[in-house]
Amino acid sequence: MTAVTPIRALLAKVGLDGHDRGVKVVARILRDAGMEVVYTGLHRSIAEVVEAAIEEDVDLLGVSLLSGAHLTIVPKLLDRLRERGAGDIVVMLGGVIPDADAARLKALGVAEVFLQDTPPDVIVARVRAHVAKRRGGF
Amino acid sequence: MDATATSTAWARQLRLWEDEELAGALARSPERRAVFETESGIPLKRVYTPLDAPAPDALELPGRYPYTRGPYPTLYRGRLWTMRMFAGFGTAEDTNRRFKALVAAGQTGLSTAFDMPTLMGYDSDHPLAEGEVGVEGVAIDTLADLELLFGGLDLERLSVSMTINPTAWIVYAMYVVLCRKRGYDLTRVSGTIQADILKEYQAQKEWIYPIRPSVRLVRDTIAWSASHTPRFNPISLSGYHISEAGANAVQEAAFVLANTITYIEEVLKVGLPIDAFAPRLSFFFTAQSDFFEEIAKYRALRRIYAQVLRDRFGARNPESLRLRFHAQTAAITLTRAQPYLNLVRTGYQALAAVLGGAQSLHTNSFDESYALPTEEAARLALRTQQILAEETNIDAVVDPLGGSYYVEWLTDALAGRILSLMAEIDARGGMIAATESGWVQAQIADTAYTVLQRKARGEKISVGVNKYVEQGPGPAFGVHASDPAVAARQLMRLEAVKAGRDSVRVQTLLSELKHQAATDANLMPITLDLVSAYATLGEIVAALKDVWGVYRES
Repeated sequence: MTAVTPIRALLAKVGLDGHDRGVKVVARILRDAGMEVVYTGLHRSIAEVVEAAIEEDVDLLGVSLLSGAHLTIVPKLLDRLRERGAGDIVVMLGGVIPDADAARLKALGVAEVFLQDTPPDVIVARVRAHVAKRRGGF
Repeated sequence: MDATATSTAWARQLRLWEDEELAGALARSPERRAVFETESGIPLKRVYTPLDAPAPDALELPGRYPYTRGPYPTLYRGRLWTMRMFAGFGTAEDTNRRFKALVAAGQTGLSTAFDMPTLMGYDSDHPLAEGEVGVEGVAIDTLADLELLFGGLDLERLSVSMTINPTAWIVYAMYVVLCRKRGYDLTRVSGTIQADILKEYQAQKEWIYPIRPSVRLVRDTIAWSASHTPRFNPISLSGYHISEAGANAVQEAAFVLANTITYIEEVLKVGLPIDAFAPRLSFFFTAQSDFFEEIAKYRALRRIYAQVLRDRFGARNPESLRLRFHAQTAAITLTRAQPYLNLVRTGYQALAAVLGGAQSLHTNSFDESYALPTEEAARLALRTQQILAEETNIDAVVDPLGGSYYVEWLTDALAGRILSLMAEIDARGGMIAATESGWVQAQIADTAYTVLQRKARGEKISVGVNKYVEQGPGPAFGVHASDPAVAARQLMRLEAVKAGRDSVRVQTLLSELKHQAATDANLMPITLDLVSAYATLGEIVAALKDVWGVYRES
């Protein structure tokens, strides 16, 4: 019998933004779906989050941003992941992000941008699909 | 008929109604749900009668203890609520222009949103401020910024509310210095700083120092304000963020009242009598979507507050017993889908706040699920209040729902649950202990998760999101865009201010601040000296980090 390794996810808050209702709820949703979830807590730097993602050996890095600083933070985060040889980790965003910005961030390599009121089953399904693609690529 | 005869008659009438009307109706068509309840989970009967109404000894009137029916006897007949739209973005000049546009549109008070670096104690040139300068609110580094922010605005006529917490005492000091420079009589200056740090650890999560020194700063501000700016509200005890983070109406009310008790106990320790500062404790609650529960919540809050102040703290001045509150419609209910529906939601929520007797109101703009509001969207939100105030005749009667069997019953039911939760907090050693242990935060997160599950199952409806969904692109409307040049403009001013000040004096005062912080001195006088010398907000915050360290959520 082959056991499927559970999906491992790091959920993170970067910068000064303190809105954590969404990220905490998403952590529970993913845990309820059988994934292993680590939440960084608030006010982390890009470097801290990238190192934690590598150390925890995660499939997914989910970043919650409701501060409007996404266009500053996310490109730097993606660069840092690539510099550290972890560019294959699936990166997803959640928060208040205008449509035009979401499109730009996806073009830079963000797998999904979950906006307000995304149903839990949609989040779980997209995470599973992207992680399956990543694992299948090995 | 005497009371007993009336009750007997009602009980008989109710039985007849159940047999003759209700039974048949239920047999013909069952009700749409097995259980009807409030958003906080209070089960509801299908109809209320005098049998549910308050006991005959509770003869309540507005402006009279226990103030359930309102803080003042004439309420909106005397003075309409203050229409106070929360605004702030870019540099001080940008926000000053928005303020003037809102005043020109008929707004009657100002409400200031600060950017994240200002809220968290970083100057605009700090590396952690990158990408956040002037984005979510206005950037304030020094007194020079505050002078521009309120330039050309008559602060003796317009009261100013400032939504700021861990750095509130610094911005308050800047405001006091600004008023002095303009030659205002400080005893007549009115306004509000939020400064409710406990709810930051519990809900909004903007903090700098550990909890106890942070509460000491709140204490210093309240005590200094009581003797120098007696018409200024040095704190706005806030349930709004607790609600937005997930709490229901009972939790919002109980946590705010428990926080209030904590601050009062701290201020009493410095020897200030309760009636010297309680009249200036002000409040801020959400207006959520359960219409009657929200109205009953405000009524229950006023009643419990008056009881706590009188019986627990011995307040005697009627001004100490009146709970006065600002309300804001619930941002968490705004949807991205079909965004014009947010205008309607906000209108109903505003109606609940006004029927609940709010002293001041912010109505959210319909586009806030996308970005900060545009000027046009903010004006629509303001006009929503103006219609309520000037077209509906709602201002004519105080507490128009008083005496409604349902509203009175629900007020009692909520009060009972709020008091139970407050007793549980007391049993946990009070609000500081319950926050340090993470219990309060867990209560809020649990409710948030329950709400999410109810929405996912379709039990809690959000029109346009989980019912009446429309496919395809929504309406096109302009969205507020941040100006990428803001940071550069702000940094130029910060550099100029630093170059023009007496930096030796600033350093001397910063050393003095550290020295005083290690004692139990009131830190307001030294902070006033610092901001007068154009010390930056970030310098003052950093100096105290050296003394107190920083808070890290466990």
